[in-house]
Amino acid sequence: MDLRDLYQDIILDHGRSPRNFRVLAAPSHFAHGHNPLCGDKVTIFLRLEGERIAEVSFEGKGCAISTASASLMTEIVLNKTLAEAEALFGHFHGTVTSDTASELPDALVEDGERLQPLAGVKAYPARVKCATLAWHTLEAALNGGGPPVPVKTE
Amino acid sequence: MTMLLEHRAETWPDTTTFDPLAIRRQFPIFGRNPGLVFLDTAASAQKPRAVIDGVAEFYRTDYANVHRGVYGLSARSTARFEAARETVARFLNAADPSEIVFVRGATEGINLVAQSWGAAFLRPGDQVVVSELEHHSNIVPWQMLRQRLGIELVVAPIGADGGLDLAAFERLLGPRTRLVAMTHLANVTGHVVPVAEVVRLAHVQGAKVLLDGCQAVPRLPVDVRALGCDFYVFSGHKCYGPTGIGALYAKRALLDAMPPWQGGGDMIRTVSFAETTYQDAPQRFEAGTPDISGAIGLAMAVDFMDSLGRAAIRDHEAALTRYAEVLLAEIPGVTLVGAGGHRLGALSFLVDGIHPHDLATIFDQHDVAVRAGHHCAQPLMDRLDLPATARASFGVYSTEGDVDRLAEAIRAAQRLFGAATR
Repeated sequence: MDLRDLYQDIILDHGRSPRNFRVLAAPSHFAHGHNPLCGDKVTIFLRLEGERIAEVSFEGKGCAISTASASLMTEIVLNKTLAEAEALFGHFHGTVTSDTASELPDALVEDGERLQPLAGVKAYPARVKCATLAWHTLEAALNGGGPPVPVKTE
Repeated sequence: MTMLLEHRAETWPDTTTFDPLAIRRQFPIFGRNPGLVFLDTAASAQKPRAVIDGVAEFYRTDYANVHRGVYGLSARSTARFEAARETVARFLNAADPSEIVFVRGATEGINLVAQSWGAAFLRPGDQVVVSELEHHSNIVPWQMLRQRLGIELVVAPIGADGGLDLAAFERLLGPRTRLVAMTHLANVTGHVVPVAEVVRLAHVQGAKVLLDGCQAVPRLPVDVRALGCDFYVFSGHKCYGPTGIGALYAKRALLDAMPPWQGGGDMIRTVSFAETTYQDAPQRFEAGTPDISGAIGLAMAVDFMDSLGRAAIRDHEAALTRYAEVLLAEIPGVTLVGAGGHRLGALSFLVDGIHPHDLATIFDQHDVAVRAGHHCAQPLMDRLDLPATARASFGVYSTEGDVDRLAEAIRAAQRLFGAATR
C-alpha cells in the first residue's frame, strides 16, 4: 500500500492546520480522551441546543492522523443532531475497521464521503485507534463527560 | 561498495574481531527479512542462531524437570540449569552462583526485591530513591510498596544534558534513605548513569542500591562486585536471549535474610499442614518449575556476547551512537532528546512538524523499525514535556548502513509532510 493512501493531502492539511482547534468558552458537554499506548490526548468541547450540536471544538496533542480525524469530525458533526452524529460514528468506525461500513441515510452520504480519506488507516492496524480517538471522545462527552476516557483499541 | 565498507571499517576499533555484517549472518531474522533495518533492540533484541538452535537442541536431548528426578535425564537437565546459573554469575562477576535468582525478567526481579526485601526491611517513613530516567518497572513496584507500607518515594532529577543530576541526587540522600533503585542506562535517551558513584554515595548513607541493568547488560561490561551494588536485575530478551527469563543478582547476605515471596514447589525443604520450612537462596525465591529452557537459553546468549567480547560490543555501540548523533544532527528539523550527555546504544529524537507515530509508520514503509511513543517512561516524558519520541536503538548486528537508512527515511518523511521543516 502506498503511503500517500494514508497520508493524503487532506489529512496532511488538517493535521497541520486543524479546524475548530480551540477551547469552547461555555461548553454544555466535554470529555478528555487519551490513548495511553501512544500518549495522544484530545479534549472535545460541545454546545448542544436541544438535540442539535450548535458548537464543537477540540484541542490536544497527537499525530497527523488523530489531529486530522478530530478536525474533520468537528467540521462534519457541526449542526447535526445527536442521532446523526451517532450514525456518522457508526459508519466511520466501520470504514476504518472493516470492509462493511453501515449505510448512511441520504442526507448524510456526503458527510460520509468526506471521511473517506481516513479509510486508509485500515491497512495500518496500529494506527486505527489514532483515527477513532476523537470520535470515542465525542461519544464520551455526549454521554456526560467525566474522567479521561482511555480509548478502546479497535 | 568496497569503498563504503572500508570507510565504515575505519570507525570500528577492532574490525578483526568485531564485524557487524558477519555477526548479522548469525541472526536468522535478517536472512528471512533481508531489507530489514532493525533499530528497536532496546525494546527487545533479535536472537542469534546459537540461542534459537541451542534451546531447541536442549529440548531434543536433555530436557526433563529439574531438582526432582532420580533418573539420568533429569540429572542432566538439572546440571544444565545450574550450569546456566554459574554462567550468569560469571557474566556479572557475582561472588557465587547462589547469588543469582532466575526470574521472568527485570520487572519480576524488581518486584521480588520490593515484595521480599522491601516488605521485610522497610518501615513507614523510610525513603526509596529513584530517578526521573526510570522505566515504569522501576517506579510502579515502589509505588505499590508505598501504598502498602507508607514508605516515601523520592525522585532524583535529571540535569540540563538529560542525564542524572548527580549533585542533586547527593542532596536527596539522608539517614532515611534505605534504598536507591536506579537504571544503569536510560531506555528512552540512552544516557549512561554514573552508577559506581551512585553506589558510593548511597552506601555512605547506609542505603542499599538496586540497579536496573536492562539496557546496560547488552551494551556494557558489568561487574557487580566492582560496582558494589546490592541488587542488579536484567532481562534475557534484551541481551539476545529468550523472552520470559532474566536474573536478579543479590548479595548473598541479603538473600539469606530475605523471606520468600512466592510459595510453591521447589522453594521448600519440608511441608506439613502445621509448618513449612524453606530452601536456602536462590531456590527459596524460585517457586514452581522454573523456565528451564529459558535459563539455558540465557546462558547461551551471554556466552554469545562473551564470544564477541563485551568491551568490543561497548565500543561498537559507542561508535554507532556517535555516528548516529552526528548524522541525525545534520538533518535540518531533527532534534536529539537530551543531547550533550553520555549516551550509549539508544537515541530519542524529534522531527519538526511530524509526530513520532507518523514517523514510525513512514519508516515502516522503508523497512526501518523504530519505537515511537512514551517508551514505558511516562514520568520522564512529562518531565521533558514531550508526548512521545521516536527512538532508534542498536545491537551487535547494527551497522552504519542501518543509520544511513534511518536518515534517508527521516528525509522521506519530511518530503511527504511537505517540507514542514522550512
